[in-house]
Amino acid sequence: MDKNVDYSEYAVVMRGITKRFPGVLANDRVDLFVKKSEIHAIVGENGAGKTTLMNQLYGLIRPDDGKIYINGVEKIIKDPNDAIAAKIGMVHQHFMLVDRLSVVENIVLGQEPVRGPFFALNRARKEIKDLSRKFGLTVDPDSIIEDMPVGMQQRVEIIKVLYRGAEILVLDEPTAVLTPQETNELFEILRSLKSQGKTIIFITHKLNEVMAITESVTVMRLGRVTGVVKTSQTSPRELANMMVGREVLLTVEKNSAHPGDEILQVKDLIVKENRGIKAVKGLSLTVRSGEIVGIAGVAGNGQTELTEAITGLRKVESGKIIFKKEDITNFSPKKRREMGMGHIPEDRLKHGLIKTFPIYYNFILGEHDDPKFSDGVFLKIKDIRKFSEDLVKKFDVRPPKIDLLGMNLSGGNQQKVIVAREIAFDPVLMIVSQPTRGLDVGAIEFIHKTLISMRDKGIGILLISMELEEIFSLSDRILTIYEGQIMGEVRPEKTTTEAVGLMMAGHKLEDLHQEA
Amino acid sequence: MNEWIQAIFNVFTNPTFYKSTLTQSTPLILAALGGVFSETTGVTNIALEGIMLMGAFGGVMGSYFTGNPWYGLVLGTFFGVAMAALHAWASIKYGADQIISGTALILLAQGITGFALVELFGQPGSTDLVRSIPLVDLGAFKQIPFVGDIFGNLSPFVYIAFASVAFGWILIYKTKLGLRMRSVGNNPEAADTLGVNVYNVRYFGVIMSGFFAALGGAYLSIGELGQFTTNMTNGRGFIALAAMIIGNWNPVGAMSASLLFGSATAFNNQLQSQSVLNLSTNTQYIFGMIPYIITLIVVGGLIGKSRSPSADGVPYIKE
Repeated sequence: MDKNVDYSEYAVVMRGITKRFPGVLANDRVDLFVKKSEIHAIVGENGAGKTTLMNQLYGLIRPDDGKIYINGVEKIIKDPNDAIAAKIGMVHQHFMLVDRLSVVENIVLGQEPVRGPFFALNRARKEIKDLSRKFGLTVDPDSIIEDMPVGMQQRVEIIKVLYRGAEILVLDEPTAVLTPQETNELFEILRSLKSQGKTIIFITHKLNEVMAITESVTVMRLGRVTGVVKTSQTSPRELANMMVGREVLLTVEKNSAHPGDEILQVKDLIVKENRGIKAVKGLSLTVRSGEIVGIAGVAGNGQTELTEAITGLRKVESGKIIFKKEDITNFSPKKRREMGMGHIPEDRLKHGLIKTFPIYYNFILGEHDDPKFSDGVFLKIKDIRKFSEDLVKKFDVRPPKIDLLGMNLSGGNQQKVIVAREIAFDPVLMIVSQPTRGLDVGAIEFIHKTLISMRDKGIGILLISMELEEIFSLSDRILTIYEGQIMGEVRPEKTTTEAVGLMMAGHKLEDLHQEA
Repeated sequence: MNEWIQAIFNVFTNPTFYKSTLTQSTPLILAALGGVFSETTGVTNIALEGIMLMGAFGGVMGSYFTGNPWYGLVLGTFFGVAMAALHAWASIKYGADQIISGTALILLAQGITGFALVELFGQPGSTDLVRSIPLVDLGAFKQIPFVGDIFGNLSPFVYIAFASVAFGWILIYKTKLGLRMRSVGNNPEAADTLGVNVYNVRYFGVIMSGFFAALGGAYLSIGELGQFTTNMTNGRGFIALAAMIIGNWNPVGAMSASLLFGSATAFNNQLQSQSVLNLSTNTQYIFGMIPYIITLIVVGGLIGKSRSPSADGVPYIKE
């Protein structure tokens, strides 16, 4: 039947793509249709098979079954060279750049212009300047990649594919690493590329981005296509339901808090960052049991140092930290933990888990010497495994195999392991940093629900997040941090995101009232 | 105290010290350049010591059987390339641990040369004297005082070493292949997605390292002496590795560091022979440590300043 169909109006058609990995059906008869010069989104949760699908289009892996048509003509793409020849370019989620080399060297690598036996650097430089002018992608060709901000590095990736003559650009979660401003700049670039006739495939799980920039959407779940819609005829809610396969709450449902006694007091805290400069400058706050105190702020305003000081990972210059009416300023992290302080760190892989440990070891980190898990000399492996099996079930960690290594889990499931571990030892206070960074809607919903239920059980929660939306939907009180100081305290129901945004930019709450 | 100042003054005003610096540095420069070639593409090569030893032995063997030291050079470099190819095969194709593979090759080289020495020459310790590669006689140039004494009668290896550094620097920093070598050594995955054949580039780097390290080794045996002795490389392969690191994985840097080590060795040799000091022969062991102490101090001082290629020593396994 396929032979009679005319695909010439499509830049990319993938039909019946099937790809198996050991134990997983990563793509199950996936169809994808992308019209020429459109921006087409592929959305789905982590592990839905989006990247696998695109890796097949780019020749990084071969499909077990299925056909690929480029501009209506069937193509067999065996490796990236075939994809480049078919004018397909891919910007990977993790940039494929050589850090130590310059912009020019990275862009021309593999297709270097030469003069005699030598690499023609000047000609390469000129070609790149022409390209960046044509598409509005300003970049200095002689900068070294590792000295550039992430947003600029991404531009280099885009120029790299344009240099290879790409007409079809695949961008794998391009905004995951960008600041909101960089994201807007990227969207401008994408619109400019589209207006010059390029076709763009945009992989994401951020629904507002889909709504903002794309024309049509293919939704994937568990390796299958669960919906194909025009962006103008859908809504974030509908997309979220197709992604997750059930009704998803994009907002958090919660009752009002019933805070109890003050459980954590921070008084005039001063903490230095690694270079010896003060990062937290005389900050005070309190957290009561049974409430969520949110700290809003732009990254790098002392949040990391504050959490590290409270959890005992960083030395305090001056000031006091009082936990359960006891001065714990100089207590070890272990002691604080024993007193009931839990911690969900901002960097899951660095401080939350041990990547190369199986789940069941990750579950007892910090509790390894508890008599439940250890008799003083040997670990009680049987008991640990039993305990882990229960936690995996309770927190719905997928896949539910406790022998899997930390690094083999998706981001959402890694976070579940950490949250499960921290809840399991019955804390009275949780320091929660960036709990949903990089997670998809389903996982975010789960983490948010868990935090609310912890609050309702009477645990005090200090929530540090760069996501203003998250702060607003979870917090009972919002403190805004700017350059290591609190700009003001507000209640989410009695303020606006604009007001908090102004405080995040350094305006004091009193000043806002005066101006008003 | 005065005699020490006198002795040091004597060393520095004698052209022999400068000539000795060049000849002591030559094998280090060649081997360190070999290291640069291998590690630029991301394959650690601690086997330099063993490759040098094979190069030295091959040089004498070729010269002994053919009577022509140039054939010896060819055989020596062939042995070196073969050793490097083994290392490449194990570490690139099979992703073996490169430190283990390198150590194995050093032990292998010591075994092969020790065994062959007795089998072919009938005695342990050292071979018969064979013809060595003739020195480059600059004729009238030799008459120039001081400079003529240094450069008038050098081994061609000295010139080859410096020319190789120029060749290596241009290749790595000015050609397409060099760009690919650097990219493969820093981020093989990125290079792969751009259609660069990571494996071929790495094979090239490792095999070139075998070639240069073997040249350095051959200089030790047929460069001046015309003889092979057991374990005659005597740790130079490791000093060359240190030179490569201090030189920040750059051919010119590696050459400079090799010259530093070469001059330290030359200095200590010359100083010991100063009669004003009236040293007992046993002090040579103390003096012999000088280059190694310099290595420790310089390497220690350079921590954090010298950076290896990011993917150095990490096997690249395609999914």
